[in-house]
Amino acid sequence: MLKFNNNVATTNTKLSEKNIEGYSNNDVISLQKVSKVYKGSVMTQVLFDIDLNFKRSTFNSIIGQSGSGKSTLMNIMGTLDRPTSGSIAINGQRTDHMNANQLAVLRNETIGFIFQFHYLLPEFTALENVLMPYLIKHGSVESKMRSKAIELMDMVGLSSVRNNLATRMSGGQQQRTAIARALIMNPAIVLADEPTGNLDSETAENIYMIMRDINKRLGNTFIIITHDRHIAEKTDRIIEIRDGRINLELDRKG
Amino acid sequence: MRVAFKIALRFLSSNKAQTIMIALGIAIGISVQFFIGSLISGLQRSLISVTIGNAAQITIVSNSDDRLINNYERLLNAASQIEPRLTAVSPVMDQPGLVIVDERSNSILVRGFDFNRAEKIYEFRERLVEGVLPKGSSQALIGIDLAEELNLELNDTIEVTVLGDIKDTFRISGIFDLEVQNINKTWFLIDLRAAQDLFMLENVVTSIEMQVDQDVAFEADIIADSLQPILLDPDLELVNWKEQNASLLSGLNGQSISSLMIQFFVVISVVLGIASVLAISVLQKSKQIGILKAMGIKSSHSRYIFLFQGLILGFIGGILGIAFGLGLAYSFTVFARQPDGSPVVELFIDPDFLILSFALAVVSSTVAALIPAGKSARLDPIEVIRNA
Repeated sequence: MLKFNNNVATTNTKLSEKNIEGYSNNDVISLQKVSKVYKGSVMTQVLFDIDLNFKRSTFNSIIGQSGSGKSTLMNIMGTLDRPTSGSIAINGQRTDHMNANQLAVLRNETIGFIFQFHYLLPEFTALENVLMPYLIKHGSVESKMRSKAIELMDMVGLSSVRNNLATRMSGGQQQRTAIARALIMNPAIVLADEPTGNLDSETAENIYMIMRDINKRLGNTFIIITHDRHIAEKTDRIIEIRDGRINLELDRKG
Repeated sequence: MRVAFKIALRFLSSNKAQTIMIALGIAIGISVQFFIGSLISGLQRSLISVTIGNAAQITIVSNSDDRLINNYERLLNAASQIEPRLTAVSPVMDQPGLVIVDERSNSILVRGFDFNRAEKIYEFRERLVEGVLPKGSSQALIGIDLAEELNLELNDTIEVTVLGDIKDTFRISGIFDLEVQNINKTWFLIDLRAAQDLFMLENVVTSIEMQVDQDVAFEADIIADSLQPILLDPDLELVNWKEQNASLLSGLNGQSISSLMIQFFVVISVVLGIASVLAISVLQKSKQIGILKAMGIKSSHSRYIFLFQGLILGFIGGILGIAFGLGLAYSFTVFARQPDGSPVVELFIDPDFLILSFALAVVSSTVAALIPAGKSARLDPIEVIRNA
């Protein structure tokens, strides 16, 4: 069993209960009237007044055509981008008044990213990549944390390539490294943008299984952005974005 | 900070070829800067030492009608007391004279020295071609050119005529070579007391010659000013070598400025080189910076990644540069030699200048990293994520 040193959880089963007590509502992400307009030679509105909440420890998917605005939505939820209007609360904290450094700390501690193109640091080994968010926060890595990272890597099946440079791994291995990295800080939220996008279907299925398993065991909230309906159908809640608006919401767990 | 340093180190070590190239670039720049600086300062030192090393740098002379300085013992003591930077204070009695040998007459300058004191300025012992310093009142030192011209040898006796008709004989106790033909031809050196007796001038001298510490040779004018209060007599005057060698000084000054200009532009080109390479490196690493920012690295730390790269490159480049510079300097003194085997220029390696050059490498490399570091700090992760 993994042990966590931040205050989100001490054990997996208590995780969700503890957080519920800690906050007045049960939403880990809450968007209110979020709009995004890109100003260029032509003004393009990508998102229109999105109201959206995600409950703690749930497993969600956001689907939509390319250009529908789903990636923009994820970037805004991940605090990488700011909305033109509207507000977001992450883990009960409003983000609109935070400066860049406060947002950086929030991302580091609360959000784990899994991108379509893996985005590992090619200069570092798989294990070092996994530990990078922790290194960013603490400046050094003690052996306890190293063993936690190794455990996480074992969990996603990366024991054999732990010390490979990021570039010396297959696409599936890189994506699993990215998953382990997203989890190292035991974030409340894992945002995955097309995590299986450029993987073959068997590997994609495998990656999906790993994320599902982690959601069950560690209780992190997963939000997976995908255009793969096959993957989306396996999640508890599906939100479809079309032309910058929520077109459909399907909550299968009720 | 620590994470920034670790990432900086990894960025540099993961692209060794590029890192070595930049470090070599810095090293070559710094070695040239160090070499030129050392060369020019060595050149100036030897010029200065040739010009004023074995000469009076500050002299007290009298502007009275008889050109004599009374009460010189008081001045000797006062000068040494008031100014610790003086390394020598020597009273001199100078008067013209004539030497006639085999009907050939040569005009000479009879110089009466207190040899114990004058030795500190002229280092006669080292300049003696043969013989010893005069002992007693009837011995004299002559220059090598005078000896040649008059066919004189050691222990020969010569007659000197002064003040028109006073004659005295001296035995040549030694022959010196001060490497200036005019001096070697005219100076006729005897003991101060012997000179005073010869010219029948008791307890007076014609000048007091002083030398200052080599390190403050360029402050001779300031030191001369500080001696002004001890003169007391309005007829007495202090002259220093800087007044007497104004054209040499302006030459040296011009040389210093051109040397500094060369060093400055070498360092500027090093800075521009590093800045441009690091600027490209920010572009190369923009994806990594974007990822790190998405993972929560602060902008200030992403700035440090590039500042540390500059610092590390400067450190490596500085050490290599100093090593190259010393190598250059050594090979210059070994290979660039005059026919007699002595180096064309005696290089002067100043430890302070060595440290300065190293510091210059580190500081200029870090400064060069400022713009790339700012770029890295401003980089918006969303640009990287969006433009996948």
